[in-house]
Amino acid sequence: MRLLRLSIRRIFDLAESGLGKVFPPEWNPLLNLGALGFFFYWVVTVSGIYLFIFFETAVHDAFASVEYMTRDQWYAAGVMRSLHRYASDGLIVVVIAHLLREFALDRYRGVRWFSWVTGVPALVLIFVAGITGYWMVWDTLAQYVALVTTEWLDKLPIFGASIARNFFSPDTLESRFFTLMVFMHIAVPLIALVILWVHLQRVTKPRINPPRGLAIGVFVALLALSLVHPATSQGPADLAKVPATVGLDWFYLPLYPLLDRWPGPVTWGASGALLLILLAMPWLPPMRKPAAAVVDLANCNGCTRCFNDCPYSAIIMGNRTDGRPFERQAIVNPALCVGCGICAGSCPTSTPFRTASDLIPGIDLPDHSISALRDAVLAATAPLQGKSRILVFGCEHGSSISNLPPGTSSVSLRCIGQLPPSFIDFVLSKNLADGVVLVGCSENSGHARFGIRWTQARLARARDPHLRARVPAERLRVVWAGRDGRTKLDSALRDFSRELDELLAPPSRAVAERMAKLEEFIRD
Amino acid sequence: MISDAARYVGQAAIYGLLALAIGYFSSRPMVVYFPTDKAQIKFSFAHGAKRVEECRRLAPEEIAKLPPRERRPHTCGRERLPMRVQLLVGDVPIYDDVIQPTGLSRDGPARIYRKFSIAPGRHEITARLRDSNRMEGFDYERRVTIELKAQQNLAIDFSSDQGTFTIR
Repeated sequence: MRLLRLSIRRIFDLAESGLGKVFPPEWNPLLNLGALGFFFYWVVTVSGIYLFIFFETAVHDAFASVEYMTRDQWYAAGVMRSLHRYASDGLIVVVIAHLLREFALDRYRGVRWFSWVTGVPALVLIFVAGITGYWMVWDTLAQYVALVTTEWLDKLPIFGASIARNFFSPDTLESRFFTLMVFMHIAVPLIALVILWVHLQRVTKPRINPPRGLAIGVFVALLALSLVHPATSQGPADLAKVPATVGLDWFYLPLYPLLDRWPGPVTWGASGALLLILLAMPWLPPMRKPAAAVVDLANCNGCTRCFNDCPYSAIIMGNRTDGRPFERQAIVNPALCVGCGICAGSCPTSTPFRTASDLIPGIDLPDHSISALRDAVLAATAPLQGKSRILVFGCEHGSSISNLPPGTSSVSLRCIGQLPPSFIDFVLSKNLADGVVLVGCSENSGHARFGIRWTQARLARARDPHLRARVPAERLRVVWAGRDGRTKLDSALRDFSRELDELLAPPSRAVAERMAKLEEFIRD
Repeated sequence: MISDAARYVGQAAIYGLLALAIGYFSSRPMVVYFPTDKAQIKFSFAHGAKRVEECRRLAPEEIAKLPPRERRPHTCGRERLPMRVQLLVGDVPIYDDVIQPTGLSRDGPARIYRKFSIAPGRHEITARLRDSNRMEGFDYERRVTIELKAQQNLAIDFSSDQGTFTIR
């Protein structure tokens, strides 16, 4: 499973990197798959409502009404029909890509099982909605879909009467069954929408709208396709004849040729097994979960920063239980905590300058504590030598930070958002290094969702805890590199080192050393 | 560094590729569902065969033994007989099978849904059904001579009410 995951991840990393060359980071389609799914859903919904105005739900009139829309009213209903079809296809593309990407990034196990498991029925319902949609046109493809679907359903011995007999001959065809399909085509997407709402319940601030530029680009592409290659029907259905050759929609019907040819036990067994495997994947095998964040009430004043920054709604603010004169306290739900440490990075007590007491923040990761982080910084910077000493803060999901050039050392975090900005100040003001580099996931693609966003906001002094104003901007670099970004990191380090050399020319260095001595003198 | 113009061209190319893929795979490649040089006979019906135990009038003492609310003049066994079905094209049987009744108590109708592809042209088609406990012969039979065209779907049904095969 791990090998499969890594292989798919490699493909996604390459694709993401390639798309990143032409799209701005926030527009990268691979970083907006879920939001694009919602966008396609709304295009399908709006176009579907318009089409329903002209659609005749009686089986003997359905084809003619669709033909009217396609031919006579090609400029409006015809375009809407094409948008309806192509946006539905786009929905499948982005949903499958979304599923594969979450799998590849290992974001489906542990506490993320809920989003994965609720996504599976939503996916099934999207397929059902699409299949019933093809049925409604009542052309040759619809006849094929009706025959294969009902014959396949009849292979499951749970229905009292044969469903396929509804399509036995022209005489057996009734509008009642057809009306049921129309009802399903409307009801199923609505049920899917409710499930998608549940799907997002454990995600804080989910992105359900793509950036405007990306949405416009995708819509223009769909519109152009609708005008150049309009969706058409494949001749009227005729149950007195057998459809010979049909043009399949391979996004929705890729398994139909197999459903028709393979025995029922095989197709039903394979479908059931696939569904069960998909549902069970978060536990195949279960994730070894890092320890959840822990609140230390003695250092928590209920400021809500961790509550606001947690990407997974794992922290709630509750009434104070220790009698201290604060209104609220942070409470961690271990079942939802992924152990990213973003909460510790947001805590105002997570400052390495603290010497009066032990460095125990109000909230912290037991197995990757802020205190251990300070120790790691001191250990990593102690051996640094050379003209420009650089300390790199990296994360577990970004570029590799091992085997860095001489004069550079590194400290690894769970997520770059775990780094309180005071650590940057600490390193530079204590003259532990001449420059600091933060390395995270590729831009707009944070593994822990908000690690990059909150870090950028903290550095820009737009979100607590701020980076102190005294930290010189020229001694700090940020590299959003992703796992494939080692070349980018090496290049950034070379440039930064050169800039630091110029910046810390002898007079400046002497001043820096004098300042350090002065600080030491004041402290003593 | 890529210029802005090149980036826009690149974006347009990506959108174009997406549109191309969606436009093509939404209806191509085509699949062959049924050969164009064949006709199809669809043989399907649901029919409840005769019961294994025929209905009989209960004796007065048997009625007296029943709880007052369940007393009735007749009793019928639930289980139905299996159904023997045969379909011939000319003299050649293309289907000959015994269909079991449905239901846990085997009291439901026996069902058949089969498709056969045959060469177009003139054919004598015979459908036969035995739904009783007779050992030989059939209870129902219909024979027609029909001119089948390529891709034609000939539906052969059985009407339990009328006791006859319908061919259309």
